[in-house]
Amino acid sequence: MARIIAGVTSSHVPAIGAAIDLKKTEEPYWKRVFSGFEKSKEWMANAKPDVVIAVYNDHASAFSVELIPTFALGCAAEFPPADEGWGPRPVPVVKGHPELASHIAQSVILDEFDLTIVNKMEVDHGLTVPLNLMFGSPPEWPCRVIPLAVNVVMYPPPTGHRCYMLGRAIRKAVNSYPEDLRVVVMGTGGMSHQISGPRAGLIKSKFDKAYLDGLTKDPKELTRISHVEFMREAGAEGIEMVMWLIMRGALDDKVKEVYRFYTVPASNTAVGHIILENLEPKTKSRRPASLRGGATRKRAAAHGIRQVAVRSKQ
Amino acid sequence: MTAAEASAKEAKEKEYDDIPGTFVFDADRSRRGYHLNMFCMSLMKAENRRAFKENEASYLDRFALTPEQREAILTRDYNRMLELGGNIYFTAKLGATDGHSFQHIAAIMTGSTQEDYAKMMLAGGRSIEGNRSKSGRDAAAKPAPRRTAAKSAKTRAKSSPGPTAKRAKKAGSKRG
Ligand SMILES: [Fe+2]
Repeated sequence: MARIIAGVTSSHVPAIGAAIDLKKTEEPYWKRVFSGFEKSKEWMANAKPDVVIAVYNDHASAFSVELIPTFALGCAAEFPPADEGWGPRPVPVVKGHPELASHIAQSVILDEFDLTIVNKMEVDHGLTVPLNLMFGSPPEWPCRVIPLAVNVVMYPPPTGHRCYMLGRAIRKAVNSYPEDLRVVVMGTGGMSHQISGPRAGLIKSKFDKAYLDGLTKDPKELTRISHVEFMREAGAEGIEMVMWLIMRGALDDKVKEVYRFYTVPASNTAVGHIILENLEPKTKSRRPASLRGGATRKRAAAHGIRQVAVRSKQ
Repeated sequence: MTAAEASAKEAKEKEYDDIPGTFVFDADRSRRGYHLNMFCMSLMKAENRRAFKENEASYLDRFALTPEQREAILTRDYNRMLELGGNIYFTAKLGATDGHSFQHIAAIMTGSTQEDYAKMMLAGGRSIEGNRSKSGRDAAAKPAPRRTAAKSAKTRAKSSPGPTAKRAKKAGSKRG
């Protein structure tokens, strides 16, 4: 049975991608940013996920104003890097997992999340920069990646609560997939930043740090933050942080925070990053937490019950 | 619904217009800015970038732009483009066509040089203080999202919809 072992969030600043592509990672300004991900790459190398579900947003690359899906799940076998105006980033083609992706699509649609299925899509820095931060720059990405594109460009994005509940539905879907797969969910974007208008440059570290705390300890409280509050307090584009709640919803209620990194700035943006592991199931396992395979059906059933309880409460 | 109800609804929907220095790309702006954004999108192709650079005005004839939008594009007035329905991820493509980075365009929109802007970012970015609200009604400092451990889920569900409501609604004169 497939199982979500951990969740990771990371900013996806385009300038980070440019720094990698132009080999500036050793410059002091960028070293400050990249050094924060050294441990993360080690962690990822140990975790060895089979599949990453990457929650991100497209920045007018695959989707223009012609078509604006709120949630779009990539079910293709491959997702080439998009040309964002300087030619496609020199990163490997992202290999999907069409079978698991289709299974998730079917499961969450029947759970009343009417997402859009995408069978052809190019992916921009929103997806590829976090992959670089977590995997470095290998000739091929070491695992399959299922992109989940969320609209945060046109107002209104989905609410934090809706994102969280979608995460729950994704967890249920993954847990019901028969193949033994280790899955990591990534939430990207954020943290506080504004890149548009006269207020551009806004950063609020206090908001960001509290958001990171809440992500570990009390994500349901974060689901109550309104869009206006996100935009007002964390910058117009800081609203991207709703995407992190999909990741968090896909994890268990109790998680272990294994790593955190925060720095200001990367270009216009506060960079925030956290790694949360699901706790070990009570069954004995010789493998370390991050390498564990399946959970019991009992456990999945328990999640189902909890999920209903949460839904009726909120 | 009556006109008063409609305008109350409108006011509620546009609560974010109280955020200073910010043009929220909502359905109204998206509708108004459709062709402006599609023009920007066209610049993803090298041949279009070439044609635009050769003769900007005649290239713009391909798009159903308003005179104001044309003017804003030709004068590279990035704030005006946002006001007229442009979205930053689209207008940034115009910036890229001119060879400018995101940060360069951000600096222009704030009326700053890129150097000064970069310095501000290195020093921790623009502070929220004085930049939270036009009306000042949300000007009071608020704690970032958090909960008190003692509060039960039930109490929280009954209380405010979000940390915003917990904020003191103090009026104050703020720039922005
Ligand atoms: Fe983004």
